[in-house]
Amino acid sequence: MNKVSKMADIDIRAVRKSYGKTQTLHGVDLCFASGEFVVILGPSGCGKSTLLRMIAGLEEITAGEIAINRRVVNRLEPRERGCAMVFQNYALYPHMTVAQNIGYALKVASVPKVERERRIKETAKVVGLCEYLTRKPAALSGGQRQRVAMARAIIREPKVFLFDEPLSNLDAKLRVTMRAEIRKLHQRLSATSIFVTHDQVEAMTLADKLVVMNKGHVEQVGQPLDIYHRPASVFVASFIGSPAMNLFDTRVEVDTASVRIGAAQVPIDPALAARLRGRDLTIGIRPEQCVVLPDGGRVPAKIDFIEELGSGRVVHAEMGDQTFAAVIGEHVNVRAGDRIGLELPSSQLHFFDRDSGRRIDMEINSSVPQQVAGASTLAIAH
Amino acid sequence: MEKRSVFNSWWLPILFALPQILLILLFFYWPAIAVMKWAFTLEPPFGGAAEFVGLTNFKEVFADPFYWKSVAVSLIFALCGTFFTILVGLVLAIAVDRQLPGSGLFRFLYILPYAIAGPAAGMAFRFILSPERGLMASVNAAFPDFWNPAKYGTHALVLVIVIFAWKWAGYTFIFLLAGLQSVPRSLAEAAAMDGAGPIRRAVDIQVPLLAPTLFFLLVIMMTEGFVGSDTFGIVHSTTGGGPNHGTEVMVFRIVDEAFKGLNYSGASAQSIVLIGLIMIFTFIQFRFIEKRVHYK
Repeated sequence: MNKVSKMADIDIRAVRKSYGKTQTLHGVDLCFASGEFVVILGPSGCGKSTLLRMIAGLEEITAGEIAINRRVVNRLEPRERGCAMVFQNYALYPHMTVAQNIGYALKVASVPKVERERRIKETAKVVGLCEYLTRKPAALSGGQRQRVAMARAIIREPKVFLFDEPLSNLDAKLRVTMRAEIRKLHQRLSATSIFVTHDQVEAMTLADKLVVMNKGHVEQVGQPLDIYHRPASVFVASFIGSPAMNLFDTRVEVDTASVRIGAAQVPIDPALAARLRGRDLTIGIRPEQCVVLPDGGRVPAKIDFIEELGSGRVVHAEMGDQTFAAVIGEHVNVRAGDRIGLELPSSQLHFFDRDSGRRIDMEINSSVPQQVAGASTLAIAH
Repeated sequence: MEKRSVFNSWWLPILFALPQILLILLFFYWPAIAVMKWAFTLEPPFGGAAEFVGLTNFKEVFADPFYWKSVAVSLIFALCGTFFTILVGLVLAIAVDRQLPGSGLFRFLYILPYAIAGPAAGMAFRFILSPERGLMASVNAAFPDFWNPAKYGTHALVLVIVIFAWKWAGYTFIFLLAGLQSVPRSLAEAAAMDGAGPIRRAVDIQVPLLAPTLFFLLVIMMTEGFVGSDTFGIVHSTTGGGPNHGTEVMVFRIVDEAFKGLNYSGASAQSIVLIGLIMIFTFIQFRFIEKRVHYK
């Protein structure tokens, strides 16, 4: 039982899924390394659970290939794929005790009773369920049921762990605890894990590799921070980060090297402006990156309302016909109805093509490496 | 606050319920009381008031070896009929529940027999399984008398049980399919992830979770097997209780005795024994089997 044999890499090649005429996955290509913790994030209906279930073998693959450890598993039964799954509603067998639930896979595999009981005890210890082994699932709390579901997956020592929104039925506090436990468990077992969720906080905190999906397409793959800082599309930009990124439809004015946001103009790097000449753009800036100046600033705005977060405040403001969110510290003294000024540092602006929704500086980077951001920061500093 | 409508007079609600009350009185309580009366009295052969005879009718019934034979036949019929009805319905329901292509058509086909009247099914099976011309004729040609319900009581009993199971499997099928579809699909999926194949999943997960439905069907089918109208209808149209009382179930014997033998008193006594038997069986089922049923 060395570690290596328990791990598996997963290759997903041009995988499609259709139900009759409706296609729900439009050619997904992904590659996960052994031992990686992958989070697939997306809104409901984006096909993330379908993809997971196709890896598990619970859903037929319409086209394309899925390979686990370089073995194509398209035609294999779930049990032949070496995956274990934690379901959203836990899917515990209601007529079995906790011990029977945990040990069911071993029973099916005809593991002798003595060894089975030993392993059930061991696994129960890992998830902290030792006192509950004789109970039925109905007599457990949500968090305990979640643990049983995890134990049932762990006991098989699978090569791949699949999690289908396992935390979405828990209350907020328990969710944070279980999140940490899942992460710890992963470090301990180091099996390849794929975790599907629509909760971006879960996604950011758990993932080694984050896959953002939308409408059956993969929008972006990368490390969580990379995705946060360099969203590849308008969808990713708006989906990741809370409060959501501010997005404006606008165009570049080449003469003044600036973009128009509401009634104001925000200067940008002239070289960038020249490149973006005449294109319909969507510009984004994260609420955390906006600076609110109580005594007026570059972009005039009026505060609509303020949300208290405890650690800070979210100011919702209007400028012209655009609404806007900015995160400010508790010491900034503003109230609803106040007129304020916003500083939008142009180094923090994200540019997207309005038609395709794709990020623009990715194309530019190939010809103007890294300089753009740095240069515009300087330009705005005074 | 929910607004409740209340009847202001006592007679209006009674009036609404009257048709139902009349039906129950006419077709349930009156016959039941008549049976009670007849069971303890004897009609004089040339008219006059019925004579109270105490338990004489019962003693006569219990002294008759053919009566005990009919009890045994009824028991075998009800037990085997129930077992095969539920077994066949369960297998079909599990198959349809997998929702393979065409399962909609099969769901329809499997329910269909239930819509056919028992005597009609009996009539049809008399031809289908007739030893000379039916499906078994070729077997009989090779092994003479391998199948001959007209000659052997056991064969005849098998025949009526087959007909009963054929017809009522459609009924259990509906209930079991509904039960299966209320078992969360993720449970079967979890079992599949745990390595269980389709049959293992059915035995370990689906059937235990169907226990409430299975128990309900057990009680219903046992009662149906003992006193159901199809039990009489099938026996009547297929074997007529023969050969040599081999398929004479209790209900058939009661009807035969009452309306052919014109022995109302004996038939009534048998009816009461039958009612008592059903009560005992239902009691046993609730007392000992229901305990093992896992309700969610």
